[in-house]
Amino acid sequence: MKTAIIKYNAGNTQSVIYALERLGITPILTNNFDEIRAADKVIFPGVGEASSTMKHLQEMKLDQLIPSLKQPVLGICLGMQLMCKYSEEGNVNCLNIFDCEVKKFPTDASEKVPHMGWNTLYNTTQPWINNDLEDKHVYFVHSFYAPVVEETVASCDYILPFSAALQKDNFYATQFHPEKSAAQGAKIIENFIKL
Amino acid sequence: MLKKRIIPCLDIKNGRTVKGVNFVNIRDAGDPVELGALYAEQGADELVFLDITATNEGRKTFKELVKDIAKHLNIPFTVGGGISHVEDVAPLLYAGADKVSINSSAVKRPELIDELVAEFGSQCIVAAIDARYVEGKWIVHTHGGSKPTDKELFSWAKEVEQRGAGEILFTSMDHDGTKQGFANEALSQMASEVSIPIIASGGAGTMPHFKDVFEQGKADAALAASIFHFKEIGIQELKKYLKDNHIAVR
Repeated sequence: MKTAIIKYNAGNTQSVIYALERLGITPILTNNFDEIRAADKVIFPGVGEASSTMKHLQEMKLDQLIPSLKQPVLGICLGMQLMCKYSEEGNVNCLNIFDCEVKKFPTDASEKVPHMGWNTLYNTTQPWINNDLEDKHVYFVHSFYAPVVEETVASCDYILPFSAALQKDNFYATQFHPEKSAAQGAKIIENFIKL
Repeated sequence: MLKKRIIPCLDIKNGRTVKGVNFVNIRDAGDPVELGALYAEQGADELVFLDITATNEGRKTFKELVKDIAKHLNIPFTVGGGISHVEDVAPLLYAGADKVSINSSAVKRPELIDELVAEFGSQCIVAAIDARYVEGKWIVHTHGGSKPTDKELFSWAKEVEQRGAGEILFTSMDHDGTKQGFANEALSQMASEVSIPIIASGGAGTMPHFKDVFEQGKADAALAASIFHFKEIGIQELKKYLKDNHIAVR
């Protein structure tokens, strides 16, 4: 089992590496196309700003590689948002894997933005994200959200209902950070790895 | 619904927890990794590790420790203590910390917040503010609360928000260590003036204090140290108490 984590300029990938190691998996962190294509599973993490990150992906031609991958790919947080069609964060066209436009949380609401902390998943429709663990809390940090669409496989509520997870074909994605979401997060990563 | 957070805080000196930790069921009460993992298991929502080491050698140990904590911890954690430059932060975040807290150095040079936000993003910058009520005003103090400044609490809180800090960790020095409850009045005033999350610190002594800090103080998170370290309050029983009292917790 080879798991590749896509190496680019966004965010701290160390936490994802450690989360995999806790499950007994030693991933490789790489931006080499052959290595990524040859992996059994690919993880596309992300913390950062959408438009500058898209630019970086384009420079590295990762914007062409990622949508062409055939094995299960898991996008996390900004990784998920970049897999959507478009993002209001810097008004940028993204990878267009999910038919979904990422929007900014309305800041005039009484709730604080970013949505930061532990919140609950509901309407979990797919086995990889739906498990029998009692505690359905996962950890979120984000100011932009993907609305609930046809590809939504888990929802969450903050200011409004939004996509906590998306799935289409071999592409999987979570808005929350499974690597920081205690037992529930570890289970979701494990389920992805076992796909 | 977004949940209120309970955050144990560990003081670290030369890689070890200090301020007496009284645990019987872990092998080594001084080991921050083991203690952090235990708190995570008990349901802590986040952890804060504060480096109070004064020496460079001790700082290097801290960076190694952050790596070790990240390896073993599956919840978010903040590290702080002695951060004064952008270059201090990158190694901590790349070692696996989720957020860093800055305090005295930001008061001394507020642009540090802008620089850190530009480099790493708001979500990982926590502005820690220590203040004391002096002659009718909340005055910001630095250097572990020993030095008064010319800054007033609420205007400084607004400034750190404007400069892009993602959260405020407010410690009332008047309440810290008293176990008489949090500074709910000041906290709720701060909550009405800023729109970033506020972590309340200082004064936790009983479980009702936590209920009060969320209801009256309007805090988003509550931080405490000794009551957890000395097992005066268990995290699980605290969470149960809060749930029973209709506070949304995980």
